[in-house]
Amino acid sequence: MSTFTDRADAALADPLLKIAVERTAGTAEAKRAAAIAAFPDFEAARARAAAIKDHVIAHLGAYLEEFEANAVAAGACVHWASTADEACRIVVEICKTAGARTVARSKSMLGEEIGLPHALAEAGIRRIETDLAEHIIQLADERPSHIIWPAMHKTREEVSALFKARHRSPHEEETIAAMAESARRELRMQMLGADVGISGANFLVADTGAVCTVTNEGNAELSLVPPRVHIVTAGIEKIVPSMEHAVHMLRMLARSATGAALTQYTTFYAGPKRPGDRDGPEEMHIVLVDNGRTKMREEGLADMLRCIRCGACMNHCVVFRQIGGHAYGGTYPGPMGSVLTPALDGLKQSRDLPNACTLNGKCQEVCPVRIPLPTLLRGWRERSWREGLEPASTRAGLGLWAWVACRPALYRVATGVAMRAMRLLSRGGWIARLPLAGGWTRYRDMPKPAPRSFMAQYRKERRG
Amino acid sequence: MKQRVALFVTCLVDLMRPRIGFAAIQALEAAGREVVVPEGQTCCGQPALNTGDRGHAEALAKQTIAALEPYEAVVLPSGSCAGTICCHYPELFEHDPEWLPRAQAVAGRTFEIMAYLDEVCGWRPDSVSLSASATYHDNCSGLRELGIKAQPRRLLKAIDGLSLTQLPGEETCCGFGGTFCVKYPAISNAIVGEKAEAIEATGADLLLAGDLGCLMNMAGKLHRAGSKVRAYHAIELIAGMGDGPAIGEEA
Repeated sequence: MSTFTDRADAALADPLLKIAVERTAGTAEAKRAAAIAAFPDFEAARARAAAIKDHVIAHLGAYLEEFEANAVAAGACVHWASTADEACRIVVEICKTAGARTVARSKSMLGEEIGLPHALAEAGIRRIETDLAEHIIQLADERPSHIIWPAMHKTREEVSALFKARHRSPHEEETIAAMAESARRELRMQMLGADVGISGANFLVADTGAVCTVTNEGNAELSLVPPRVHIVTAGIEKIVPSMEHAVHMLRMLARSATGAALTQYTTFYAGPKRPGDRDGPEEMHIVLVDNGRTKMREEGLADMLRCIRCGACMNHCVVFRQIGGHAYGGTYPGPMGSVLTPALDGLKQSRDLPNACTLNGKCQEVCPVRIPLPTLLRGWRERSWREGLEPASTRAGLGLWAWVACRPALYRVATGVAMRAMRLLSRGGWIARLPLAGGWTRYRDMPKPAPRSFMAQYRKERRG
Repeated sequence: MKQRVALFVTCLVDLMRPRIGFAAIQALEAAGREVVVPEGQTCCGQPALNTGDRGHAEALAKQTIAALEPYEAVVLPSGSCAGTICCHYPELFEHDPEWLPRAQAVAGRTFEIMAYLDEVCGWRPDSVSLSASATYHDNCSGLRELGIKAQPRRLLKAIDGLSLTQLPGEETCCGFGGTFCVKYPAISNAIVGEKAEAIEATGADLLLAGDLGCLMNMAGKLHRAGSKVRAYHAIELIAGMGDGPAIGEEA
């Protein structure tokens, strides 16, 4: 398996990736800033959003039970899955019982997290991704690189070439509209012929048992209403107490994600088709997935369960903007992914993620639910250090520095010697190659240290 | 009687660029303070804290607290070291009934130098002049942990002859990140490369900031790229020492 550094290096060497990420994240950043500036007292709204989620997370069991009772009353079937595998098994079983050969799927990161595309393929069930970007990803046989824009890493020119190679009657004109039309031709009939529609949930509303999805393409509605069965897979942290709370969260979500006041399509699904309804699925199944969330709550990551998956943290992250989402190697990229991936996939194989961050705090500043991402990332670093997962060179180097720094008299002598040695390597005020700090001097020069430390000069001066 | 303030010079300033420490003393004295440099100081422990080495982070925090607690006020020429003391020391000792109050007491009296001069002393470098154009980069920790934004600009604006040009992306991280820049050098380089281009594009003579780590990163990249932009800690200009050698220039 490739390492984080390999993947990051490959990403840095790809000039098209940089253009693609910059186009989308740059636009999102500007539009979000305008939307927040026009929002009366966004800080108070953030505080309220965080408080709503904190309250729900603290009383998760009670709200989930309330949700289950109301969803069942509305005619839905509620299933509980403690692991990813269990969730996939439940979904595949429902599909098989329904005799499904084809499922239409509306983009869901939880689905990616539990490996649902793979599980469906193994069960021999044909999957149609109906979100435009997920459709692109499916054609290219790739994984999402962003939680809002899964195909963010592709330029429109690359997408055009992909459509021309894979669509049955592709676009001829090189316009966005013609490309969208090509995807529409390809997808619409397939969507309408699906046996089962599968979606995630942006919110689960406890007091009505409703499931909320947001899209800008209307693909969720078109993939969930016509088929006979609708399956929802949702993380248990998606719960909100009531519609009023859901609406507050929606205001935060859309603005933080794209800068829009609201998504084009915001739909609440409460139960299957009722007698007299003209449309709707005959069955609605809701699979509530834990997959480590309860453990996160117990192990100091409760704040992370506030996350509403808006993507603002990654859009504003200097590291993400350079390397894109695939380099992170997990389901979720960027700052929120660097907190989640060690919890989901294990710290040992993902210890780079919490370390590959400058701790500049921008992600926390833009988070609509005020998740202290730098603090949580620091927490993973601490655990990685404690468990001996950090490289021996880092442990030795920093350990020695800190050990010496704890002994001021020794520190003055030792640093004096080290600085004199460094000065020997300099030319004209700068050091172009520095042993043990090759990472620095490979790309930049190091200024030459002072001939004598501040403390030495100060003491001498005061002695007169 | 003059108010006494303790200067925590920070390890980088101590070893790499002592004139920032002397500039801090000069400015504090001009603002009517008596400056003391406590002996027991070395490093605030930020590198250990950010690497997850909690044991050493706590040991260095205790050493620093013990060195600084006798003083009425503590001043540092670094937003990130001040942020470590003000924000992270109390977090470190959250469950330590002996050290928590001591950490909180020191945190409550600790200031970044420019915030201290501007907000506590209400002082301006009125007698300083320097004919130059400069651009200012906001250091992330100072900006987001301590709210340092307007203070350095208010002080710099009082310097006669100095014109400030806004740096596009002034609040965007420079890619230093402490040990991040040596652990992930290629990513760090991509970030600081863009920063250096933005600095160069302002056409300013000088790059100013309030944290030597970030300054060394940006100045080192500018120098490698052949730029003529000269880098200083803002306090050097504020103290009237802006006519001396810039970072990387021989004295």
